Amino acid sequence: MRLERRAQTPLSVVILVPLVAIFAALLLAAGLIAAAGVNPLTAYAEMLRGALGSRLAITEMLTRATPLIFTGLAAAIAFRARLWNIGAEGQFFVGALATAAIGHTLGVPGWLGIPLLMLAGMAAGALLLAGPAFLRLRFGVDEVVTTLLLNFIVILFVGLMIEGPMRDPLAFGWPASVPVDGAFRLPDLVPRTRLHIGLLFAIAAAGIVWLVLARTVFGAETRAAGFNAQAAAFAGVSLPRTIMGVALLSGALAGLAGSVEVMGVTAGVTTTMSPGFGYAGIVVAMLAALHPAGVVGSAVFIATVFVGADAMGRATGVPSFIADVIVALCLLTMLVALLFTTYRIRR
Amino acid sequence: MTKVLELTGITKRFGALTANDDVSLSLAQGEILALLGENGAGKTTLMNILFGHYTADAGHIRLFGQDLPPGQPRAAIEAGVGMVHQHFTLAHNLTVLDNIMLGSEPLSRLRSARSGTRTKLIQIADRFGLPVDPDAKISTLSVGERQRVEILKALYRDARVLILDEPTAVLARPEAQRLFETLREMTREGLSLIFISHKLHEVMSASDRVAVLRGGKMVAERVTSQTNPAELAELMVGRKVERPMRQAHKIGAPVLVAKNVSVGPSEARQLEDVSFIVRSGEILGIVGVSGNGQAALGALLSGLTSPSSGSLMLNGIDAARLGPRGLIGNGAGRVPEDRNTEGVVGELSIWENAVLERLRSPDFSHRGFVRRTACKDYAAGLIDRFDIRGATPDTRTRLLSGGNMQKLVLGRVLSNDPQFVLVNQPTRGLDEGAIAAVHSELLAARGNGAAMLLISEELEEAVALSDRIQAIVKGRLSDPVAAEEADPQRLGLMMAGIWTEPENAHAS
Repeated sequence: MRLERRAQTPLSVVILVPLVAIFAALLLAAGLIAAAGVNPLTAYAEMLRGALGSRLAITEMLTRATPLIFTGLAAAIAFRARLWNIGAEGQFFVGALATAAIGHTLGVPGWLGIPLLMLAGMAAGALLLAGPAFLRLRFGVDEVVTTLLLNFIVILFVGLMIEGPMRDPLAFGWPASVPVDGAFRLPDLVPRTRLHIGLLFAIAAAGIVWLVLARTVFGAETRAAGFNAQAAAFAGVSLPRTIMGVALLSGALAGLAGSVEVMGVTAGVTTTMSPGFGYAGIVVAMLAALHPAGVVGSAVFIATVFVGADAMGRATGVPSFIADVIVALCLLTMLVALLFTTYRIRR
Repeated sequence: MTKVLELTGITKRFGALTANDDVSLSLAQGEILALLGENGAGKTTLMNILFGHYTADAGHIRLFGQDLPPGQPRAAIEAGVGMVHQHFTLAHNLTVLDNIMLGSEPLSRLRSARSGTRTKLIQIADRFGLPVDPDAKISTLSVGERQRVEILKALYRDARVLILDEPTAVLARPEAQRLFETLREMTREGLSLIFISHKLHEVMSASDRVAVLRGGKMVAERVTSQTNPAELAELMVGRKVERPMRQAHKIGAPVLVAKNVSVGPSEARQLEDVSFIVRSGEILGIVGVSGNGQAALGALLSGLTSPSSGSLMLNGIDAARLGPRGLIGNGAGRVPEDRNTEGVVGELSIWENAVLERLRSPDFSHRGFVRRTACKDYAAGLIDRFDIRGATPDTRTRLLSGGNMQKLVLGRVLSNDPQFVLVNQPTRGLDEGAIAAVHSELLAARGNGAAMLLISEELEEAVALSDRIQAIVKGRLSDPVAAEEADPQRLGLMMAGIWTEPENAHAS
């Protein structure tokens, strides 16, 4: 048995690969569930019911998918250019913080304030990634390290702000920031649920990212630089400008995730408002093979796992941490499965 | 003579492609066999099957009278087959000794037996005439020395049949000659050799016997002393091929003028005080042994580096700091040295590569959006005009053969009607048919009045195409000589750095 390079990857393989990866991850996690003394089939049935079994469950799941679409897009566009942005978690939080800080006191009507606050969140996220991108371009500092470590700094900074200057006096001692003004809460998409119109923004963002990557000069140069930086530079593509452009776009998308989450769901910022949206965004992007349309689908899947695991935990007693295990396993199985888009097994 | 190796009826298919079709081959003790064929003829596939990298669909291999189990490189190594790949597999940060030992010791050993290895290595090096310093780091060695290490690696594992895949592809002419002398000596020590090549002159001078592959089939076997290059060329290509000849014609005004250009910091100059003039309708050839500043000259004229002193003028404007896009915008075209790493982005489609250099021109984009239809039409035009085979505008570029990829790179440059063209190693690794095609395109552009600077390590090519020739040695350029006066002896002296120092540095 050996691997041979494929001449061309059939579409069926492109679609099948993430499904196989997911199946393998669920199979591996089934071992852990069984070890916890529960029939994996029962557990997965509970998971599906918890995420998709009722109208309320579906809206909860889609609420959870919304920030994942944004962070998944952030990772997808960065990885296309081989800019390894592991800092979407931090960019999510600065976006959220900027939105809450400005949205608490901003005295403009909602139709104007909501776009302004989204821009503020995007700017905050973009700026946070601009630093590591600059360090890489100027001094060759590895952005995996800088973006990852910045996450911890940002979360400590958020803690500082919500214990101090941005503390919400009405939160009865809960560590939370001041909320955004009621005028800037995103309208519900489905009445009497938490699902807000941020989902539509996220889907629109996926469309825009696809358009940018597939149809613009900037997108073509980004893909060229990602596949073969030397050839792109020879053809006159400015690598620093491309990398910086991608960094700003990627950071802005992750910042927008935080901004929309504050305006749509939490109103104020807490250090626990993200169950790892930034990190899960990496898995979302990988499962989507870095394709913007795929990001929407894989975000829905990851959200199903997150929301469903809570229900499974309540019904069967399996700790809901199993969700994190499944998400992490998906990344590993996807990395293995991706081999088969480039190679095939002979005999 | 005893047969050390017999391949019988080897067939290997990749999908619809039959890479080897019922190929049989034998090798005698102490013989040098040349495996000749164009790119894609199935030479490397056949050797990979012998070495166990691939498993044949049919056929079998006998080595020293024993059947060789298919698909097991380890079995092939143990049976005494050694392979030296075209692209070396050495760890640059380790010493020669470390590289020889890598993979030859069981993991279970706690300490590696360095002194034993060293003794054996020195013995082998002595016996086969391959001198090497066991403690030198690979990164400090020349390409020829690295190849010697690769050969020693195989010999250290007691190879008795050695396969060399295009061993001279990376070597300059004198190094290649030395290699073949060494190989000849090695056969006296009882080794049998197969070398893969598509270069006729080295097959003629270095082999005992030639096997010619074409389209996956063994088309002929000849004893080298009873054949000639013309016959081999015809067998290899399947028809008569002749490289086009340069016709004398009127040369125009200067297009690119470099005066006293230096590149790099003064303590480590890559180019030193270089002057040249390229005129309209003229090809200026730059010849030299690899690694003498060709890369720096290529980077300078591609817009990737700027001179640290001196002037570079293109059509009367300062071209020193234009960058790639600026050069192209001012009528320059660039054919890079390595089409795979610099010429194209293999994962992108042909149309995307066709327009990559000029994406921002209004022909190919509008308000930041790519004009896909216009781009694809342009690419289809290139495919048609430059005879790029097996391609549509949407084909992934890495699927093209070397020759067709080079035609794409040439096409995207020449279709822009450039006034100046840098052509860097345009036929490296191409087969005879493709070389002839590339040469006629270059001569056609010359006929249309393009000023061209050709950097080539192939002397025949430089002499055949160039109107004037300058040699590059250690970052310095000789005075130009007219192609008519460039006999091999004079060029040899020039490339060795022996030329009369010019009285007037800018004479040409």
